[in-house]
Amino acid sequence: MDAFLNVLISKANYWVYITLMMIGLYGIVAKQNMVKKIIGLNILQTAVILFFISIGAKKNATIPIIEHAHDGTHTTIAAIHYINPLPHVLMLTAIVVAVATLGVALTLVVRIHQQYHTLEENEILKRIQET
Amino acid sequence: MKVGVLVLVIILGSVLIYGSLEFPPWGDPASPASSHLSPYYIEKSLEDTSVPNLVTAVLADYRGYDTMFETIVIFAAGMACIFLLRSSGKEESGTRLYRHIPTGITLRIEKKSAFPEKSEAFERIDSVWVPHDLIVKTTCRLIVPFIQIFGLYVIAHGHHSPGGGFQGGVILGAALILFAISFNLRSAIRRMGERLTLMLSTLGVFIYAGTGVVCMLVGMNYLDYSALAAMLGVDPVTARSHGILVVEIGVGIAVMSVMVTLYYNLASTGKHDEGL
Repeated sequence: MDAFLNVLISKANYWVYITLMMIGLYGIVAKQNMVKKIIGLNILQTAVILFFISIGAKKNATIPIIEHAHDGTHTTIAAIHYINPLPHVLMLTAIVVAVATLGVALTLVVRIHQQYHTLEENEILKRIQET
Repeated sequence: MKVGVLVLVIILGSVLIYGSLEFPPWGDPASPASSHLSPYYIEKSLEDTSVPNLVTAVLADYRGYDTMFETIVIFAAGMACIFLLRSSGKEESGTRLYRHIPTGITLRIEKKSAFPEKSEAFERIDSVWVPHDLIVKTTCRLIVPFIQIFGLYVIAHGHHSPGGGFQGGVILGAALILFAISFNLRSAIRRMGERLTLMLSTLGVFIYAGTGVVCMLVGMNYLDYSALAAMLGVDPVTARSHGILVVEIGVGIAVMSVMVTLYYNLASTGKHDEGL
């Protein structure tokens, strides 16, 4: 029992992200509506972002901003006192790029709706075959 | 179909959970991700760049190329949105609705009948019914300048607190989008037109790439901001901190204008006429 609890405490965050990722993947594959597919894509993206952020965490460490940097009182900077800044950098840009790609995806959806007057995938395929 | 996908997703999830048992535990300071490159960033970036916020230092200096191309990706997304959606035609969309401001009466003007566009007593409203909401308009008009000041603070103070070009640019863009939602799309476009947003998004990328070119002209590597030391009259380490500020401003301008461009085109399906 204790062994299981230890595993649960140290790995539960990954399981949450895996669950989120699977929800997103299910939305992308199983849903017929284009907007629902985009929402699934965004859930999957969120899972990846959370995964990266949790990789950067360290116990008993603070945010990656050096304390008392310029008032002359800062002591030696040890890596163990600050969490890993690299995943934060990668995800910071990934979030904004996610918004931009979401904009492009919605643009494409608007164009598809103008062309075929529907957003259901099977109906769009039917209308493509008709023409 | 759906049951098959569900089974597949559950199998894949269980495989991933099985794989996660080999991952480092949460918050482990000795995990592989925290033990190779990141200690260098944490321990050396203050003496390399004199920027206390490590995220900003890594973003704009050590990984400057990455951030530059992320900015170009955002710029390209804005361009793609315009190319796909923007319809330049000035064709009239049938009937127009006008509200007589003193009485609140709505007029419907049919196609081909003329109406003075600029009139003090009438304002054009969207064809979907829009109630005249004084509280929302007044609140947003009061709040938008403060949001914009906060966005500028987030850009300018990114060296010492959480923030930077991406976050501040999104806040500035959100302020304009809030204005466009609370009033209407036309009054937002009157204040920040399409031409201006396009020029600003180009200017943002130009500032970032131009900083790199200036460094190259002095004889150093592309985006090596210590080349700016002689120009700014400071020592090379402080020059890197100033160079980071310059490129963050470029990123902020590009992100803000691309957000606004995306909103204008998506809300009006490219007509820039009436939208949310």
